[in-house]
Amino acid sequence: MQIKVLRNILESNQRLSDQLQAMFNEKRILVLNLMSSPGAGKTTLLEKTLTRLKHEFNMAVIEGDLQTSNDAEKIAATGAQVLQINTGRGCHLDASMIQEAVEQMDLNQLDILFVENVGNLVCPAEFSVGEDCKVTILSVVEGDDKPEKYPLIFAESSVLILNKTDLLPYVDFDPDKASNIARGLNRNIAVIPVSARTEEGLEQWYDWLRQRVNQKKNN
Amino acid sequence: MHEMSIAQSLIRIIDQEMARHNAKKLLRVSITYGSMSGIVPEMLQTAFKALTRDTLMQGAELETREVPLKVRCRSCAEVFIPQDDLLIMTCTFCGTEFGHEIVEGKEMYVQELEVE
Repeated sequence: MQIKVLRNILESNQRLSDQLQAMFNEKRILVLNLMSSPGAGKTTLLEKTLTRLKHEFNMAVIEGDLQTSNDAEKIAATGAQVLQINTGRGCHLDASMIQEAVEQMDLNQLDILFVENVGNLVCPAEFSVGEDCKVTILSVVEGDDKPEKYPLIFAESSVLILNKTDLLPYVDFDPDKASNIARGLNRNIAVIPVSARTEEGLEQWYDWLRQRVNQKKNN
Repeated sequence: MHEMSIAQSLIRIIDQEMARHNAKKLLRVSITYGSMSGIVPEMLQTAFKALTRDTLMQGAELETREVPLKVRCRSCAEVFIPQDDLLIMTCTFCGTEFGHEIVEGKEMYVQELEVE
């Protein structure tokens, strides 16, 4: 006997993600899914952001990490609420992990929830976690061909942060090439070059955040 | 690497469909996945095999078919399958290059089951 099915394989994750999104919308919390390779600078960017904007916004972080709590400790040092999810050997976060995490968090009065995904340019792109936007961080030491090699993550992201621009004199990375490839895949992607270490360019990222929080509050 | 999660979701759907039709054994399942999704079919095969051992699905054939990327042209709004490089994606109707909207090619679907 043949059975016609036609069901999205990731339907259960998508359903849960939609439910989370509805809950976040009701509470008017801007939720950002931060994705990158390991070592691209997600945690440093977050540390700077949480410190710089702490008097403007109430922010929290869900930290996905394979084994350690090193990143969560760094985030907690900024004073922000942080919840650590150890994925063991899992290569991505999914909506059910986020649901479990938010049950243990205080979401009241929250303006921004950052989800720091597991460092990986492939798997996290497939699984929505209730976010408003995906943000991909690409560091210039990784090479300007990455959008070409990992098209899905760039096609899905609203923002591409080109990090470690302070190292540009030492590497063969053409920011225009990387931006153009990303825009070819996704013409609405905002490209923001920064150095999280020296803080150059971060004001543009903060302005983007301010604008999105504003939109979320007034929608 | 995420093929294990995908295989688990796939098995959950097959389970539900088999229960609904009182099926006793799965012979074949066919799925389609977009060329831009990150599926590696060989890895999905391995994961499916490992997760279905000692179940009604053991030994079933997993048929995977890749479906091409389809985009809507940013100039003329026609939907086309890019024939050239992913980064150029020249519109087959009007010649506009890149920056098109992806309409298909990221998704994965269970199409059909063959059961006893």
